[in-house]
Formats: sequence, C-alpha cells, structure tokens
Amino acid sequence: MSRILDAIAGLGAWVLSILRGMGYGFRFFLRLCLLSLRTLRRPRLVLDQIHFIGNHSLSIILVSGLFVGFVLGLQGYYTLQAFGSEQALGVLVALSLVRELGPVVAALLFAGRAGTSLAAEIGLMKSGEQLLAMEMMAVDPIARVLAPRFLGAVIALPLLAAMFSAIGVFGGYLVGVHLIGVDAGAFWSQMQAGVDVFSDVGNGLLKSVVFGFICAFVALFVGYEAKPTPEGVARATTTTVVASSLAVLAADFLLTALMFST
Amino acid sequence: MPPASHENRPAEILRIENLRFGYDARPILDGVDMGFRRGTVTALMGGSGSGKTTLLRLISGQVRAQRGRVMFEGADVGTLGHEELFAARRRMGMLFQFGALFTDLDVFENVAFPLREHTDLPEETIRDLVLMKLNAVGLRGAARLRTSQVSGGMARRIALARAIALDPPLLLYDEPFAGLDPISLGTVAQLVRRLNDALGATSVLVTHDVHESFAIADQVYLLAQGRIAASGTPAEMMASTDPLVAQFLKGEREGPVAFHYPAPPLASDFGIGDSP
Amino acid sequence: MNRKTTDLLVGLFVLAGLAAILFLALKVGNLMSFSLAQGYDVTARFDNIGGLKARAPVKSAGVVVGRVQSIGFDPQSFRATVRLEIDERYRFPKDTSASILTSGLLGEQYIGLSPGGDLEDLEPDDVITMTQSAVVLENLIGQFLYGAASGGGSK
Repeated sequence: MSRILDAIAGLGAWVLSILRGMGYGFRFFLRLCLLSLRTLRRPRLVLDQIHFIGNHSLSIILVSGLFVGFVLGLQGYYTLQAFGSEQALGVLVALSLVRELGPVVAALLFAGRAGTSLAAEIGLMKSGEQLLAMEMMAVDPIARVLAPRFLGAVIALPLLAAMFSAIGVFGGYLVGVHLIGVDAGAFWSQMQAGVDVFSDVGNGLLKSVVFGFICAFVALFVGYEAKPTPEGVARATTTTVVASSLAVLAADFLLTALMFST
Repeated sequence: MPPASHENRPAEILRIENLRFGYDARPILDGVDMGFRRGTVTALMGGSGSGKTTLLRLISGQVRAQRGRVMFEGADVGTLGHEELFAARRRMGMLFQFGALFTDLDVFENVAFPLREHTDLPEETIRDLVLMKLNAVGLRGAARLRTSQVSGGMARRIALARAIALDPPLLLYDEPFAGLDPISLGTVAQLVRRLNDALGATSVLVTHDVHESFAIADQVYLLAQGRIAASGTPAEMMASTDPLVAQFLKGEREGPVAFHYPAPPLASDFGIGDSP
Repeated sequence: MNRKTTDLLVGLFVLAGLAAILFLALKVGNLMSFSLAQGYDVTARFDNIGGLKARAPVKSAGVVVGRVQSIGFDPQSFRATVRLEIDERYRFPKDTSASILTSGLLGEQYIGLSPGGDLEDLEPDDVITMTQSAVVLENLIGQFLYGAASGGGSK
C-alpha cells in the first residue's frame, strides 16, 4: 500500500517540478522580452548581434531556399501535369513557400545554425564564469548579453524567411519556365492572382516572427541553464535543435489552423 | 570614487560576524568571525571544501548567510536589496579563477567594460584609463589582442586590470595563483601587493599557495571544518605549534587531516587472515 | 571587424530582407490589384450562395470591379444577403443582375454583374433585385437524372 502512495507522491512531485519549470521558463521569457525593449537604447549591441545571427546565416538560407524552389518547381510540375494544370505551377510554388516552407524551413535551419551557436556561446560564457564576472561588476548579464541576442534573432529570422521565400520563388521560376518550359506569363499572372498579400504573405511573415521568438528563447534559455561542463554545453546544443524544431512545428500547426482555416 | 567622509570610516572595511552557511542541511561555515582592516592583504587558506570560495560568495552577496552578518562598509551585504547590492558590488573588484575574460571582446574592451557600463566618461578618458590600468599590470602593449591570443598568466593580469578599473576599495581574489608558471606567480603576487598599497585598497586572497601568499599577506586565516582553525601574521603561522597548521603549511601527508578516506579494515577487503 | 563594416553589412542584410518582403508583396502577391480606392456598398439577396466567400471578387465583363464585403442570412425571407463593395469609378444601372459564377470548372466562386438598361444608377446601400443563385452540383445531377428518366419514359 505504501508503495502505491509513494508512486503517487512521486508522480505528483514530477508534475509539480514540470509546472515549476514551465513557470520559471515563462518568467525567463517575459524578462527577456522586457529587457529587449530596454536594449533598444543601445542599438550598437543589437546591431552586432544581427550581424552575427543574420549575416552569418545568409549563405545557408539562400542556398537552401534556391534548392527548395528548384524542387518545388520540379515536383510541382510532375504532379500538376497529371491534372493538366501546369499553368498553376506559379501559384503552387509561391503559396507553398510563402505560407509554409519559407517560415518553417528557415526557422529549422536557423535553429540548427544560429540557435546552436547561441546556446553554445551562452553555455561557454556561463561555464567560464563570464556571466558571473559580469554580475560581480554590477551588470545584469541577461540584460547585457542575452537580451541583445534575443532581439537580434527576432529581427533576423523574419527577414531570413522572406529571403528564403523570395529566392525559392525565383528558383521555381528558373526550373519551371526556363528548364521545363511553362509559360512565363501564366506562371507570374496566376501567381499574382492566387497569392494575397495580407492573408498569405502577411501571415507567413507573422509566422516567422513567432518562430523567431521561439527559436531565440529556446536557444538562450537552454544555453543559460546548461551545466557548466563540456558535456553540459554539448547537450545544450542538441537540446536546442530538438526543442526548437519541435516547438516550431507545433506552433506552425496552431498558427496555420488559426490563420488559414475558413 | 572616494567614500563620503574619511573621519568616521571604521578601521575595518569588511567584518564577518558569527557566520553560518551551508548549501543544504550540513553547514560549510559554522560560526566564523573575521576582520579585514583597510590597506591590508589577507590570505584565506584551507583544504578543498573548507569554505574559502563560499566565503568570497558571501562577501560579494552571491549567496546569503543563514545566520550572522557580512558587514561591508557598515552595511550587511546579506540584507541589501537588488539595487543596493549592485551599488556595493561597484565598490568591489573580483578576480575569478582563470580570469573569466569576456571572450567576445578584445583585451582593451575587457578592461574598458566596467568603465563603459558604469560611467559616462568620454571616449578619450576611457582610453587613457584603460591604458593606465593595463600599464600597471605590464600589458599596455597587448591592448588590441584578442582573448584567444593571450596566455594564462596574461589573462590573469588582464582580469586584474579589469578588476581595478573603477579603483574599488575592496579586492577579492579567487585562487589567483592557480596554474601559473613561476615567473607569472611572482609577477601576480607582486602586483597584488603593489596595487593594494598604491590604491589604498583592502585585498582578500583565497589561495592554496603558502609560499607566494605568505610573502605578501599581512594576516592569514586558516579554515578547517567550517571554523577558523588558526589566524595571525605569516610569521606567527609559521611558528605555530598547532598540528593542523603545521600539517597544512608543511604539506605533510599525515596529521589532523587523515590520508586514508574512511574504509573497512584492509584484511576484510583483501581476504587475508581469519575470515568468517 | 570594425564597427563601420559591421554597420554596413547589417544595413545590407536588413535592406535585402525588406527587398525580399517587397518582392513577395508586389510580384508574388496581389498588392497592385489591391486598390485603396473608395467604394460604395450594395446588397444582393440569393437563394443559394453555394461556395461564395467573403473577399471574393465581383466582376463585370470578366474584370474585377469590387469585392464581397460580408455574407449574412435574412431570417425573414430565409435568403442569403451578400454585401458587395463596388469601386467608386464604376456605376451600374438599377436593374443590374448579379449571378454567382464559378471560375473554371472547379475554381472559386465569384459574383458576376450584368448591367441592365435602366437610366438611373445604383446608389450606395441599394439592393440588387435580380439575382441568380449558384449552381449546386447535386441539383444539376438530380435534374439530369430526372430528365433522363422522364424523357426515356415518354419515348
């Protein structure tokens, strides 16, 4: 009997610890958001971070976007051909990218490249007592180190996602019109008729802003809470990628249901 | 940043009264009393886990004591609010083990960090101050190096320059001699003493190193089992007949601190002699 | 990496991002056809609107002249009331008829306006009286089967 009670007590303790963790995480998130607003007074820090996070992710985003556009053009054509609707290739490529692939794939790539480097950087700073040294110098490390990175990521990701979609459309155009031979006029005119600025492009941008918040928060939180050992930092990077990716995909489902259901 | 009035300054800038602290139920420090007079260099020594680094954490307000007080410039650090604690920390310089330099900044920016964060001084003044501090530790020429390009001893000295950037009246050193070559050892020790005297500051060193610290310290505290086992000037410590002090200072294997970790008798582990 | 270079690169990055957004909005989306011109509202009632949705185009002679503003249900007459917003520049006669048409065979539905011959034009908040409901596929099939059955029987 007592073993059952112990098990229930253990379960209760486990649930409580999860709730406490969620509360702590949420408070951390709020603190980051508030401090980010204050960080706007020091644009130099944010600019440096946009450079590290955004500019350094450009190459993987642009190359991936181009190839995704190629594949969409190719696969889209093969599928539409079966229904005699090759003219709709432009709409297919554009809507796929702008609504889903642009924000989501850019966020996943971002989590892998920028998210891991953020988590590792913060973890290493913590294990090298740099954050502690800052506290000892009466500087709040979350305000000085974490908030600029948070803001930098939130600004960079939507821009990266837009660039991903844009170059993807261009890639689809290259494959569809120049490689396969779909009519250029039909490609662009159907696309323009089928893609709405506010409900498609706008919602896609909104998604990437939300994903920016998610990826930035996960990377910084995991890095900050990492154990100050080499294994701890290594585990922080993998946790960042896994957690960010799952959170982004889950949020994508929720946002899509909210935005695109009629 | 001089204190308000020189006349009513207490002789002791830092006082620890009846301190008791533990991370869990078992106390690491139990009833510790210490006084640190202005202008002195004090060495805190003890075996691993004796609470030396914990003491530094208590002084700087990173952790709060369960009982007792840490009086810094007349205020109990343990009762300070967030803003007041940050104000108090601006008057403490801390040198971390291995330096803890900011890896994303170069040497100059590392030393300039406290100046940029806490003052509104113009760029030229900051530049002059930073170069002066670096010059005091002998590294003015290294101002534009990146942190990855400096050796361990240099990193320690740069961190020292950073710690004195705001001319704090209290300097805390966490194992400043750990892992240094003999030349760097001597250099750092001399710097600690010279800077302390030049700045009119008070220094507290947490260290294992008997030889270097005794050469520069005015007083020594030896911690063991959560209490002060011995205290006095270096000369008094060397002449002490206390077996614990003697074992520590001479580095003897056997003494009040046993060599063997508690274990069952040799016979039972190796099956020698009469076995049941 | 000195400050000026960093600033320049970040500026270029942000510019590229904004350019991408602009490209998506203009070349890919339909921002250009989104006219901020003023419009006036008229109402039309239908027996069945089929798959008509809000923001569906209102066309005349195949050209977009307005948008569907809202779709409602009239509990008195049990018909659908559709509010249309027509561009200020275009005036239609009072006896214009509105039909719900489908673009392509299985495409989205839109409202087509066929102008009548009345000398007076529709005023804001007027009602279009002549309407033709959407073609519902099931009814069409039912008619066909019925017609085939009765036609076959009378032969």
